[in-house]
Amino acid sequence: MWRYLIPIGLFGALLAFFYLGLGRDQQTLPSPLIGKPAPAFELPRVDDPSRTVSSQEFAGRPYLLNVWGTWCPGCRQEHDVLLDIARRTVVPIIGLDWKDDLELAQRWLRELGDPYAVTAFDSEGRVAIDWGVYGAPETFLVDAAGRIVHKHVGPLTIDIWEEEFMPKIAATGSANE
Amino acid sequence: MRLLLAALFLAVCMHDAHAIDAAPAFDDPALQARYERLTHELRCLQCRSETIADSNASLAADLRRQTRELIAAGKSDAEILQFMQDRYGDYVLYSPPLAPRTWLLWAAPIALLAGGMAAAVVVIARKSRLPDTDPNDPGLGGS
Repeated sequence: MWRYLIPIGLFGALLAFFYLGLGRDQQTLPSPLIGKPAPAFELPRVDDPSRTVSSQEFAGRPYLLNVWGTWCPGCRQEHDVLLDIARRTVVPIIGLDWKDDLELAQRWLRELGDPYAVTAFDSEGRVAIDWGVYGAPETFLVDAAGRIVHKHVGPLTIDIWEEEFMPKIAATGSANE
Repeated sequence: MRLLLAALFLAVCMHDAHAIDAAPAFDDPALQARYERLTHELRCLQCRSETIADSNASLAADLRRQTRELIAAGKSDAEILQFMQDRYGDYVLYSPPLAPRTWLLWAAPIALLAGGMAAAVVVIARKSRLPDTDPNDPGLGGS
């Protein structure tokens, strides 16, 4: 009799796997860069392409790196959240404008407000490759030691900011305020 | 209608056979072959079920350019795959690496096949030992 229970048991196990699979986030890929030094870069600035911005400038304090583009609907969606985060001045936000049009990017910041301490213009997407970016918006948290401690893929919300980012910023023990 | 379907099928095949970039990446056939092979081993992370060789996504185009440049810079195939894996993780590789965390993944098909065969052997062996008592079976049960 017990042997008839085997297929039922296996079926139950399969169902359990399927059920767990349903709840899993299939879109977000784990970044191999977590815990690794943030890739260095030097790029033209969106506000003034004749000047460059280097990742060296942010060394020694935590910062956010937010990857965006004017072609990216999710970036428009999270823009007000970024403005809100910028107003809280916990960490500076560095923009990485990814494969974009310079004039459109400048207009975007002028019209929607500029949450970024500075925005780097990555027109060829090379820096984005170094950071393992696969879809904007993406937001990285870099600690004072220059290591990537967290990555969020997709539009930020204030809830995500408070639940995922703030504890990690507090944990680095070097938040500015 | 059948002709139309055949023509459509052919068109799809031919489309597939074409490289996605207008010009080949390298004039040297050996380098071009390496480029083809590498771009077919790397996944486009924007579209997930396409290789960067087949995908029109902008990220795939950037990664093709990156592959081309790394080959031109004299990097080995292993170094290029490692470059991508360092940035995008195992997922960028179409065949996952054999590592302790992927043993189950690699062993599962073999284990399932072995399990199924073992079960089949047991069932067949048991069945063949039983006397044939099925009155509806006119075959071997004659004796």
